[in-house]
Amino acid sequence: MTSILAAAVLAASTTEGEEMPSVLAVPIDELIIGLIAFFVVFGVLAKLALPAIKKTLDERTNTIEGGIERAESAQAEAQKVLEDYREQLASAREEAAAIRTQAQADRSAIIEEARAEARTAAQTVTAAAEAQLAADRAQATASLTRQVGELAVGLAGKVVGTSLTDDARVRQTVEDFIADLEQQVAR
Amino acid sequence: MSATELITASGGLDCHLNGDNGCGFPAPGAEIFQFDAVFTFSIGSLDVHITKVTLVLVLVSVVLMAFFLYAFNRPKLVPRGAQNVGEMGYVFIRDGIARETMGKDGDKFVPFLFTLFFFIWLLNFAGIVPFLQIPVTSIFAIPVAFALIVYLTWVPLGIYRQGFIGFFKNMMFPPGVPKAMYVLLAPLEFLSNILVRPATHAIRLFANMFAGHLLIASFSVAAFYLLSASVIGILGSAASFVVAIALTGFEALIQALQAYIFTLLAAVYISGALKAEH
Repeated sequence: MTSILAAAVLAASTTEGEEMPSVLAVPIDELIIGLIAFFVVFGVLAKLALPAIKKTLDERTNTIEGGIERAESAQAEAQKVLEDYREQLASAREEAAAIRTQAQADRSAIIEEARAEARTAAQTVTAAAEAQLAADRAQATASLTRQVGELAVGLAGKVVGTSLTDDARVRQTVEDFIADLEQQVAR
Repeated sequence: MSATELITASGGLDCHLNGDNGCGFPAPGAEIFQFDAVFTFSIGSLDVHITKVTLVLVLVSVVLMAFFLYAFNRPKLVPRGAQNVGEMGYVFIRDGIARETMGKDGDKFVPFLFTLFFFIWLLNFAGIVPFLQIPVTSIFAIPVAFALIVYLTWVPLGIYRQGFIGFFKNMMFPPGVPKAMYVLLAPLEFLSNILVRPATHAIRLFANMFAGHLLIASFSVAAFYLLSASVIGILGSAASFVVAIALTGFEALIQALQAYIFTLLAAVYISGALKAEH
C-alpha cells in the first residue's frame, strides 16, 4: 500500500510547487494521531457507552417479547375457554334435543297406553253390561216361564177342576207347551 | 473558511474582477488543506506537528465521546431526549449495517462500526461547522488511518476464520468459473482485494471530502472576487454566494453518505472474512 501511495504522491506533486507537499502525502505523525484518536474513541464508546445501551435494548426486546408472550398465552386461554363453552353449549343442545325426542316418544306411549286402558275398561264395562243383560233376560225368561206355567196350570186346573200343582207330569206338559210356543215365535 | 482566511485565499481585499490591479481569479487549491503547525514536538526521531486539523480532530473526538457517554448514561427502558437520538444511531448501525451484512454475527462488530460511522460523520461535518471549516477526512492521512484499521481487522479475521490457505483460495479462486480463467482471475482478485481495496476505501472518502470542500471554497472565493460596484458584479457575486450555500447543504448530505458508505464497506469486508462469499 505504501508503494502505491508513494507513486500517487509523486504523480500528484508534479503540478504543485516544490515547497507544497502533495495532498496525497501521508505524514507519519498525522497517521499515528489518526490511529490514536480512533482507538481512544473506540475504546471509550465500546467499553463505557455502548454496553449500557446494548443491555437496555436487549432488556426492552425481552420486555416486549415477554409482553407478546403473555398476550399470546392469554389469547390461547381465552380461545380454550371459548371452545369449552361452545362444547358445553353443543352438548347441552344435544341433551335438550334428546329430552325433547324422548318426551315426544313418551307422550305417544302414554297416549297409546291410556287409549288401550280406556278401550279395555270400555270392553269390560260392555261385557259386564251384556252379561248382566243376559242374566236379567235369562232370569226374566225363567220367571216368566214359571209364572206363565203357573197361570196356565191354575187356569187349566180351574177349567179341569182338579189341582195340578206340583206334579211332575204337569210341569213336563207346561214345558213342552212353552217350547212349542217359542218355536212358533221363532218361526 | 473564516472571513479573513477567505479574503487571504482570495488574494487580498483588493482582488476583484475588473479591479484596478488586474487581479486574476485566485482559485483555491491544495493550499487550503495545508495548515501551519501550531506547535511541534519530537518523540524520538518523529516530529509531531500539531495543526488546526489535529485540534479539530481532538475536539470532534471529545464531543463524540461526551455526547454518547451522556446519552447512554444510565439508559432508561423508555428512552427520552439524548438517549432516544443515540439509540436511533445505535439501532441504525446494528440493524441497517451490521445485521444487514453479517446477520446475527454482526452484533459483535456493532461497537466498531458505530465508532467508524459516527467518528467519520462528525469529522466530515467539521467541514461545514463555522470556524472549524475543515473536513478532517479531507486530510489524506485520516482516511488512510481508518482504512488501515479496517484492513487490519478483516484480513487477520479472514485468515483466522478460513485458514491461511483457505482465505487466499476463497479470495483468488471463486467457484463457477472455467478453470482456464483462473490464470487471469487469480492475480486480478488478489490485486483487487489485497491492494486496491484498502486504497479505494481510503481514497473514496478522502476525495469526496476534498472535492466538496474545494468546491465550497471556490464558490465562496468567487462570490468575493466577482463583487464590484456594477449590476453584473452584484448578480455574479450573489449567484456564487447562493451556490456556495446550496453546496454547503449538499455537502451535509454527502458527509453522511460517505460516512455510511465507508462503514458499510467495512462491514461488507468483515462479512466476507467471516465466511467465504462464494
